[in-house]
Amino acid sequence: MYDVIVIGAGVTGCGIARELARYDWKTAVLERASDVCEGTSKANSGIVHAGFDAKPGSLKAKLNVEGSRQMESLSKELDFPFLRNGSLVLCFDEKDIPILHNLLEQGLQNGVEGLEILDREQLKRLEPNISDDAVAALHAPTGGIVCPFGLTIALAENAAVNGVEFHLDTEVQRIEKTSDGYLVYTSRGEFETKVLINAAGVYADRFHNMVSGEKIHIIPRKGEYCLMDKKAGGFVRHTIFQLPTVYGKGVLVTPTVHGNLLTGPTAADIEDKEAVNTTEPGMEELLRRASLSVNGLPVRQVITSFAGLRAHEERGDFIIGEAKDAPGFFDAAGIESPGLTCAPALGRYLAGQVLAYLPAKEKPGFIAARKGIPNMGQASLQERQRLIAENPLYANVVCRCELVTEGEILDAIHRPLGATTLDGIKRRTRAGMGRCQAGFCSPKVVEILARELGKDVGEISKRGEGSRFLTGYLKDSAEASESERCESGKAAE
Amino acid sequence: MSETRELVCIRCPLGCNLSVKLEGGEIAAVTGNTCPRGAEYAVKELTDPRRIVTSLVRVRGGELPVAPVKTASDIPKGKVGDCVKALRQIEVPAPVHIGDVVMENVCGTGVDMVATANVDRS
Amino acid sequence: MKKDLVIIGGGPAGLAAAIAAREAGVEELLILERDCRLGGILNQCIHNGFGLHTFKEELTGPEYADRYIGKAKTLGIPYRLNTMVVDLRAEGQQKKLTVMNREEGLYEIEAKAVILAMGCRERTRGALNIPGFRPAGIYSAGTAQRYVNMEGRMPGREVVILGSGDIGLIMARRMTLEGARVKLVAELMPYSGGLKRNIVQCLEDFGIPLRLSHTVVDIKGRDRVEGVTIARVDGNLKPIPGTEEEISCDTLLLSCGLIPENELSQGLGAAMNPVTGGPFVNESLETDKEGVFACGNVLHVHDLVDYVSQEAEAAGRKAAAYLRGGLEGTGRVVSLRAAEGVRYTVPASLDIGRMEEAQTVRFRVGDVYRDAAIEVSCDGRILRSVKKKVLAPGEMEQIILKKQELEAADNPKEIVISVRTQGQGKEA
Repeated sequence: MYDVIVIGAGVTGCGIARELARYDWKTAVLERASDVCEGTSKANSGIVHAGFDAKPGSLKAKLNVEGSRQMESLSKELDFPFLRNGSLVLCFDEKDIPILHNLLEQGLQNGVEGLEILDREQLKRLEPNISDDAVAALHAPTGGIVCPFGLTIALAENAAVNGVEFHLDTEVQRIEKTSDGYLVYTSRGEFETKVLINAAGVYADRFHNMVSGEKIHIIPRKGEYCLMDKKAGGFVRHTIFQLPTVYGKGVLVTPTVHGNLLTGPTAADIEDKEAVNTTEPGMEELLRRASLSVNGLPVRQVITSFAGLRAHEERGDFIIGEAKDAPGFFDAAGIESPGLTCAPALGRYLAGQVLAYLPAKEKPGFIAARKGIPNMGQASLQERQRLIAENPLYANVVCRCELVTEGEILDAIHRPLGATTLDGIKRRTRAGMGRCQAGFCSPKVVEILARELGKDVGEISKRGEGSRFLTGYLKDSAEASESERCESGKAAE
Repeated sequence: MSETRELVCIRCPLGCNLSVKLEGGEIAAVTGNTCPRGAEYAVKELTDPRRIVTSLVRVRGGELPVAPVKTASDIPKGKVGDCVKALRQIEVPAPVHIGDVVMENVCGTGVDMVATANVDRS
Repeated sequence: MKKDLVIIGGGPAGLAAAIAAREAGVEELLILERDCRLGGILNQCIHNGFGLHTFKEELTGPEYADRYIGKAKTLGIPYRLNTMVVDLRAEGQQKKLTVMNREEGLYEIEAKAVILAMGCRERTRGALNIPGFRPAGIYSAGTAQRYVNMEGRMPGREVVILGSGDIGLIMARRMTLEGARVKLVAELMPYSGGLKRNIVQCLEDFGIPLRLSHTVVDIKGRDRVEGVTIARVDGNLKPIPGTEEEISCDTLLLSCGLIPENELSQGLGAAMNPVTGGPFVNESLETDKEGVFACGNVLHVHDLVDYVSQEAEAAGRKAAAYLRGGLEGTGRVVSLRAAEGVRYTVPASLDIGRMEEAQTVRFRVGDVYRDAAIEVSCDGRILRSVKKKVLAPGEMEQIILKKQELEAADNPKEIVISVRTQGQGKEA
């Protein structure tokens, strides 16, 4: 019997798990994917929003501003990449300037610090590549950027180190109310728990509706992105927004914490909760809209594109807290933007609610700090020297584009909640995330994974069973496709 | 009984579209070529097409699991599939050196299969 | 560590450059190779067709590489494997390289001269912006080639190939011979980017269809590729609605072009040619950074390794001359310009006083031409016109400039190379 179970190991679930880990509950996280950070948390803008968008007095506003304030110290405590680069909201029409002032006013009410309105000249000085059509902008110096994988994985690892069990490849299928909690049926057996927390992203409505009569409806809102080469990383310094529309904060152009340039997202409401495919019209629209913000968007520098699904609840607000008709069932549903920013504060808030429901003691010996994987690509010369002296594998480069070494890859595999897939290695070390998109390093990473996990190379996958990389030895394939080869022999005659 | 076969000459980058007229299985005329090499190619391709085969052989105890091989000279095109199939049945011990014969007289062609790279012991 | 000459890359270019430099008397030289063996991409190119120009016989890639590796070893040329150059910069005439490997850690090498021979990489799905899912089963043709030919592993069983570059064509045959079913090769352009011989021997021999003017417009399958959608493209290379066709497959190979790997050259601040993706070089294959030379696919993408070797030998000789102090400019510099139909030239300039008796100029055309001529003119005067039955973007062209003919010209400023088609041009 568990005290608390969290469904979903995205940033929200992991943020909650890390806060739950402070108390002496028996806690587990159930995740259907083979790794943490496999859903919306891996495909978003990576923005730490300043907090001027949310309606004053709302929970969203409170968590956003708190999350934004906490992010810097948290990034030091848990060692993940974060940068307070400031953000700009562009206004393209003189008559919309009052809307900028409204945003500023709203931000002030929410407690956002340092907000100011910039005129065209000030804007140009700050960002020379900004569009000539921009007439003014709201400047939020507290806006930041974060590595969404770095944040999620750091929260998860820290939760795991503090005793939270992570059950990966464990898909929740059915939930039953019991006399003192819930019985959770999964693809890997049953889990009984007193408290159940629903942080299932786009699937949160499915689980909520299994236990509650007050139905909710999560609409996957697709956002497509293009990531550009680090050569384009200095194109803008701030995160550049456009004045918000009904579909959210619009298309942004931003540097990433790793020095790439990112643009996105589009916004299209869809039905399919698995449809993380990019589309031709989506890409076209994205680049057209991004080009409104800046002069000469370096579109030829695109190295990859991707799509994520925001969990948009049809009423448009976060649903956080205990379901009215299901005691002990807590939602963290409808967590769309600024969910990434809010995650640490949301975790604390929800842990507080659980504590009121199921009293517990603070765990003595809770380990708050975590040391991340060294980053040879960004380390100073001295730091590199020191690491290599410690372990020469930090000098053996595996991914040339991002300068990721064998030492870092071994770290990623052997940490708590270590990587078992190619994508897992990529999100922990950046191997394969550069301009050649894993063309050179994937054979080497596959080999290292197989060696370290004691598996055959053929068993290594991109992101879990079903996404294997290779279909076996040449000899195997010969036996399996004897008939086909005979056909090819015939074709040769 | 006459028929026409179309092929593309590969003797030079020009890539002439050749048209070969066959009368009772015999080559009657080649058209479309811009030089004598085209006609020669057409005749060869239709009467005795040959290919060099390059493939792999499995290596036991090597730094790599496979070693590349080739037929020492070209073999009849129709034997290409059999040749690759025959290679699957064998495994050679490391080390392998360039020029090592890994299979003699492959598929009765009179041509040996030789290694084209060095593979050391692991 | 101090060296006279450091060669970055131990593939065909780096090896030929190092051998030529050593033969020209450079003692203190070093090859830095990032892979675990010398030979570069040739190691995985197990098909035949290499070396017809250099050795007058048809070798496979590993055999061709082995000839150079053998020679480099005979000459006692030192090399480091598994070694990554992290940074390259120039301080005055001194070049400084920051280098990393497992055995020696992180250290600096000071070199008087550097030859860039890092090769190229393949264009990715991301750079092509193909929409769809991002499952396992999408490989560049070269990555698949490595899995099959060096590791003995099959990347998939039902294959669609996008791009008819030579690596794609070669892989169509390889994977077919190894039991995979290659369903088709789609090519965006109305002509193939590969050699005719490969189309015949790699596709037609096995009945694999080549769909010209087609591209992949969608990729299906969340975890592993389940299929792709191809469509015909119009004259502007845009997919034509209504021509979509779904092809089931578990693997998509991309053979859509190569990009010179010039991150180090750019870090150094060498002037780059946006057409080739490589640095601008003069007749000595020297970049605009003194004492830094470039050759092979890092300079411009070649189709024949024989030409890579030739070019690299020239770079090695010139680097040796530079180290002897024999590469002083004479100031009689002529620029080379690519005009109608010609996309670029290597070199981009030449110093008449310093050039050899015959200078090879390599270039590519931008379209397919039949019965055309390559015209070489100097300050408006036609030096020569070379008739060509066919010119294609997939085949590198070259012309030879003679020192004599440039010496004879009156203070020449610019040489223009262009394609002249029938009925065009100033003179009939």
